[in-house]
Amino acid sequence: MNILATDNAIAVPTALTRPLVRIVIVGHVDHGKSTLIGRLLHETGSIPDGKLDTIKAVSVRRGVPFEWSFLIDALQTERDQGITLDTSQIRFQTASRDVVLIDAPGHAEFLRNMITGAAQADAALLMIDAVEGVREQTRRHAYLLHLLGIHQIAVIVNKMDRFGFDESRFHEIEGEIADHLSSFGLSATAIVPISARDGDGVAKCTPALAWHTGPTVIEVLDRFSPARSLRDLVLRIPVQGVYKFDDKRIIAGRVETGAVAVDDEVVIMPRGTTARVQSIETWPVPNESRLVRTAHAGRSIGLTLDRAIFVERGDLISAVDAPSKAVRWLRARVFWLHEEPLAVGAAVNVRVGMAERRGTITAIENAVDPGLLSPTEADVIAQNHVGEIEIELAQPIAADLYAVNPRTGRMVLDLAGRISGGGLILSVDGEAGRKAHAQSASGEHPETSFAAQPAREDSPADQLANEAFRLNNLLFGLPPAERVAAFRRAFGGRIVFTTSFGLEDQAIFHLIAEHAADVEVVTLDTGRLFRETYDLWADTERRYGRRIRAIYPDHQKLEAVIGRHGINGFYDSREARLACCNARKVEPLNRALAGAAGWIVGLRAHQSGSRRDATLVSVDVERRLLKFSPLADWTREAVQSFAADNKVPINPLHSRGFPSIGCAPCTRAIAGGEPERAGRWWWEQDQKKECGLHITGATEPFPSVD
Amino acid sequence: MDRLDDLEAQSIFIFREAFARLKRIALLWSLGKDSNVMIWVARKAFFGRVPFPVLHVDTGKKFPEMYAFRDRYAVEWNLDLEVELCPPLDTVDPTLPPAARSAARKTEGLKLALAKYGFDGLIAGIRRDEEPTRAKERVFSPRGQEGGWDIGDQPPEFWDQFNAAPPPGAHLRIHPILNWTELEIWTYTRREGIPIIPLYLARDGKRYRSLGDVDITFPTASRAGTIDKIIEELETTKTAERAGRAMDYESEDSFERLRRGGYL
Repeated sequence: MNILATDNAIAVPTALTRPLVRIVIVGHVDHGKSTLIGRLLHETGSIPDGKLDTIKAVSVRRGVPFEWSFLIDALQTERDQGITLDTSQIRFQTASRDVVLIDAPGHAEFLRNMITGAAQADAALLMIDAVEGVREQTRRHAYLLHLLGIHQIAVIVNKMDRFGFDESRFHEIEGEIADHLSSFGLSATAIVPISARDGDGVAKCTPALAWHTGPTVIEVLDRFSPARSLRDLVLRIPVQGVYKFDDKRIIAGRVETGAVAVDDEVVIMPRGTTARVQSIETWPVPNESRLVRTAHAGRSIGLTLDRAIFVERGDLISAVDAPSKAVRWLRARVFWLHEEPLAVGAAVNVRVGMAERRGTITAIENAVDPGLLSPTEADVIAQNHVGEIEIELAQPIAADLYAVNPRTGRMVLDLAGRISGGGLILSVDGEAGRKAHAQSASGEHPETSFAAQPAREDSPADQLANEAFRLNNLLFGLPPAERVAAFRRAFGGRIVFTTSFGLEDQAIFHLIAEHAADVEVVTLDTGRLFRETYDLWADTERRYGRRIRAIYPDHQKLEAVIGRHGINGFYDSREARLACCNARKVEPLNRALAGAAGWIVGLRAHQSGSRRDATLVSVDVERRLLKFSPLADWTREAVQSFAADNKVPINPLHSRGFPSIGCAPCTRAIAGGEPERAGRWWWEQDQKKECGLHITGATEPFPSVD
Repeated sequence: MDRLDDLEAQSIFIFREAFARLKRIALLWSLGKDSNVMIWVARKAFFGRVPFPVLHVDTGKKFPEMYAFRDRYAVEWNLDLEVELCPPLDTVDPTLPPAARSAARKTEGLKLALAKYGFDGLIAGIRRDEEPTRAKERVFSPRGQEGGWDIGDQPPEFWDQFNAAPPPGAHLRIHPILNWTELEIWTYTRREGIPIIPLYLARDGKRYRSLGDVDITFPTASRAGTIDKIIEELETTKTAERAGRAMDYESEDSFERLRRGGYL
């Protein structure tokens, strides 16, 4: 193995084809992690001109001794206190590798930062101070490396100069750490004695270390391999989004494992629907001969399918012969980072791939502090501790066992959007898993009786989400014109359609009048509609022989708004405009929908950027109902031709440059090229043209706004 | 697998996560090599379009070549460009050193844009290898109500799962090219044929490695007159990329203070 002198390192050409290895340096506080990084940068000639002199000069000016760690500890408080607060990354080169060195803080209170850094690594250096030996964070970090799936670990015994490079002290520590690692099935690829401050053992073994027959730190780095490619596993693509910018419906996601090719049959989990891959989409669009036909693990791609099946963010595209599991129960080994301990009964958000589900912790076992030598078991998992948990999910999620697939077999837990823990999935087979576990654990825990627990009742919100899931699957494959009637047939309870007589509303009204009489049709008369809209209202009633129920603003509320802001006060401020919208539209809408189970609306994904995700059936959490947009995936042209073919009456304003029509004072015509809704509240700079009708609870999978 | 393909795939993944998880995002276009790569990758992520506004926070003191570049490619790339002018110097913290204070006008301009448009996510083209506090960034990095960066309380981020639920009034910075290096940016620019501002190429023995305001940005000695030569130069140089950016060097922590205040 070559030893690098400074000048050699600079001369090595950086073809970007050299292997890139990400290496994290972990261990107890003050055991010399940042110092080793500074020293490695120096030994490999990776420090920019002048940087060392600047830091030395600053050290002199501030009257503190120079520390190599000042090179990586970028924050003033870090240099002042001589500790690393947050993880950092720096690049350098060895003879054969490009290395990303990841520094990780050693303080227990910054464990979340250590995990943030270490989770990106392919390999780790575990630092141990020869004076202090194996300490709490040494053990904790080692265990977390194991949970993060990092198996290449070298141990660095630092500060050997403080023991006069004594060989027996080195072997003492070697034995202690080897025992700890083997307790959870790990072994070190090498154990290296060094002095990071003076450089012994870093790039070369100085005479003081003549007894050491193993590698130097730099040689260890050269032996680490980049993470194993996951292309040999079966196909998994978590769906990040479904884009319909033009006519094509492109499913976007990253191939996590395996490979996908045009004509492959795939299954969409947890739905279980199948389709064939029609194309792999790329930009810039290549000519015919260079079209992409295969994509391997690691690529971010777009796919089109041969059949119109419902797919949304969070679904997992899987190999048809080895699909992921659809699970509502799982068991996992986790680490926990939140201040609030994790307890049985806690409600958490579970993320696997791009899917997120609400879940409840139903059991906790083996909850320990991995930093202690002989830990005692607790019934909750405290901050920075680990344990095994069982979770019941509100809806099925697509997942694998960690042993089968390291990417889709791991999960992250969050509380109100803040990531709070993570872990590896050990079991997904609810009943069988519980029984097997109860049996295997019965020796130690005779009182264990998970199987006897009654199944948890779904909350009303869960039931709605399940219903939305079912209806999306059912309705998506149907021709758009049949969806309204199918929704009525498939869904019990009162359904209300709110119309404002726009193009989409008229098309939906036609479908209701022809095929789904048992849907209430209402309109919100704000009092300030266009004359053309009132005329169309009357025409529509005549054409279909059906009265449309009008809902009016609460006169006291409206009088108060006008008293405060004036009759046209909505032009003066956004606040006044929203107050007007609220009195004339939102409050009457809430009355119209009171007691309804379903709400039909004319939203389309194409209308504006903020409506890009309009899905067919979603949950309106605030109003506790299902919201159905039968035309969600129609283009404006498709609606126009449907209206023309069926002689549906439409507002004459559409042909005068008003694609979207609201109240007369607040709608103007748009110019060619402007977005469809650019003419609504046009004087407001804000691009979010909303009145508040379509803002719903934050837990709705696809928030949409009007 | 090719390094650039890996970086591109990761950046596309991040763009798509930002687009899915946040309600109103914009891409900060500084017109430099890094944000041009970002726009290019965004177009790959969304199959030829950038489906959110591109925001230029304009100090009014950029090089003429930069404005010409902006006006040309905003049209050619079909960008939804918004320009936000920065407020004058006297609105900025007077305790900052002069160049840093000048640079901090951009922070104030950003605050104005955030208030005006209500963005909950801003996509920024910073990289870890540029500067040591940037090396400590998260991919989804929370900013407070005033736009400040609480570096002592960064949330955990691992396994490509991001914290993307900012409280009202706060926002996230999203960093799709955080893990790229300067060398990788140029190698990708060459491979993809991405246009650049000619100031990056050496003229009369000098070139700009990093572009900022006219009065606080200086060229470095170089004979690299083509992208090929820039790549050759970067393979051997030991000069820091931001050596020509005065605000980084006025005092030991001037850049850290800028960034804590909400600078990029």
